[in-house]
Amino acid sequence: MRFRNLTIGQHIPGNSVVHRLDPRTKILGTTLLIVLLFAVNGFIGYGLVALAIAGVIHLAKLPWRYVIRGLRPLLVILLLTVGLNVFLTEGEVIFRLWFLTITREGLARGGMMGTRLVLLIVGTSLLTLTTSPIQLTDGIESLLNPFRRLGVPAHELAMMMTIALRFIPTLLEETEKIMKAQMARGADFQSGGLMQRAKSLIPLLVPLFVSAFRRADELAIAMEARGYRGGQGRTKFRELRFGRIDAVAIALLVTFTVVVGVFF
Amino acid sequence: MKQPLVRFTNVSFTYARAQGRGGWQALRDVNLEVFEHEFVAVLGRNGSGKSTLAKHVNALLTPTSGQVLVAGLDTSVPENVWEIRQKVGMVFQNPDNQLVATTVEEDVAFGPENLGIPPAEIQRRVTEALEAVGMLQYRLHPPHRLSGGQKQRVAIAGIVSMRPKCIVLDEPTAMLDPAGRREVMETIHRLNKEEGITVLHITHHMDEVIGADRVLVMDQGRIVLEGTPREVFSQGELLRELHLDVPQITDLAQRLASRGVSIPSGILTVNEMVMHLCPSD
Repeated sequence: MRFRNLTIGQHIPGNSVVHRLDPRTKILGTTLLIVLLFAVNGFIGYGLVALAIAGVIHLAKLPWRYVIRGLRPLLVILLLTVGLNVFLTEGEVIFRLWFLTITREGLARGGMMGTRLVLLIVGTSLLTLTTSPIQLTDGIESLLNPFRRLGVPAHELAMMMTIALRFIPTLLEETEKIMKAQMARGADFQSGGLMQRAKSLIPLLVPLFVSAFRRADELAIAMEARGYRGGQGRTKFRELRFGRIDAVAIALLVTFTVVVGVFF
Repeated sequence: MKQPLVRFTNVSFTYARAQGRGGWQALRDVNLEVFEHEFVAVLGRNGSGKSTLAKHVNALLTPTSGQVLVAGLDTSVPENVWEIRQKVGMVFQNPDNQLVATTVEEDVAFGPENLGIPPAEIQRRVTEALEAVGMLQYRLHPPHRLSGGQKQRVAIAGIVSMRPKCIVLDEPTAMLDPAGRREVMETIHRLNKEEGITVLHITHHMDEVIGADRVLVMDQGRIVLEGTPREVFSQGELLRELHLDVPQITDLAQRLASRGVSIPSGILTVNEMVMHLCPSD
């Protein structure tokens, strides 16, 4: 098991226009994309959205292959969605094999759903590909801030994300260590049926949880010792700056969304 | 007379126990004064109360009876707590469990952020603090890619950036390899000498005590011995009773002395030993 090579958020550092955009602009853009993909109905609309996404990938100087590879984990869901739509939609039959029938309407709907999903996955992955987890966290905190009065714990959510990001590698390393320690004493994580394997995880999970709670306790004390008392009166080391390119980007995004959403 | 930075007056502390089994008395009637710019080392075996003592200095714990004053502020008064924590920073044993953020610079900024310092000033302090511990070239690294000694130096930088008067280190080297220990000890001594930061260093490694101005030895919640490293280590018999070892070279000197070799008992370094055995050089 090679946990060490795991990258979180698959961020690709860079210095392109897209990378330099304020994370809030990018979050807003992603939200618009999601709305747009559900508003559009027709291949011309999807084509335009695909062009726009391709344009952003080009601007961000992202490696195409890396972006497309992001589809791989979701291939099963993708195939299932397309397949179910193709085979189970009723209408004008154009092909029949035993119990499988393909209809014209099915093909059209399957194609639409497939395109929609692909664009959704690729489009939203652009956010995490061009934005570091820290910036993303700052952006989310800043966007949620106005809703604090409604009881949305903006700072706390951001703090939770930061700590989670900080401790994922630490806990993965620890998992690896415990696994090795248990394997050295004859534990077997690989063989046996589902039940057997689930059971074999107990000696892994118990020490992992115990240690996670101990870490949480110590971290809380350390944070308090460093003067942490929640979000109030706190400043941010890194300020978000909403610049001119952000204004331009948002104007373009909104115009695009409205035009494509309304006409296609 | 100069006002001490930290003053313990008849401090006792009992850890509350669940199910009414009676508490564990970790501190018994401790009196202590630490002055500005001092380097004080606290020695003691496990359970001697040294960590409890450390946690009292920045109000993570408050005395069951007695009083702790930090720069004249009573730690038992809740309103004082934040000011005290700004004056006294604390570094803990496990370097992994005290770093909060996903990059080094972000973590060093955590303290100043809590104090509400303006961003431009935080930038300056982060750079300064990382420079002071020699970790500036790692500022964008994620903490989990650093060695133990480096993590601990980042933790120290995280305190330095808050500009405290005093740093309390609670066994900061216990989980490090010898190289990491040396890195951390050098950093602490440099901060004490160059930045004038008061240091309260808690440890059970005898050799880390040698450079201190003053050593306190704790046992069963009491300070049982106090003095310069030389004075403390000359009490070899008492230290052994407390299950503490004197540094190897001091032990050797004492053994030689007991066999009739003329040598003082408070030898701390190999160099001193050489000087005494071969005075001609």
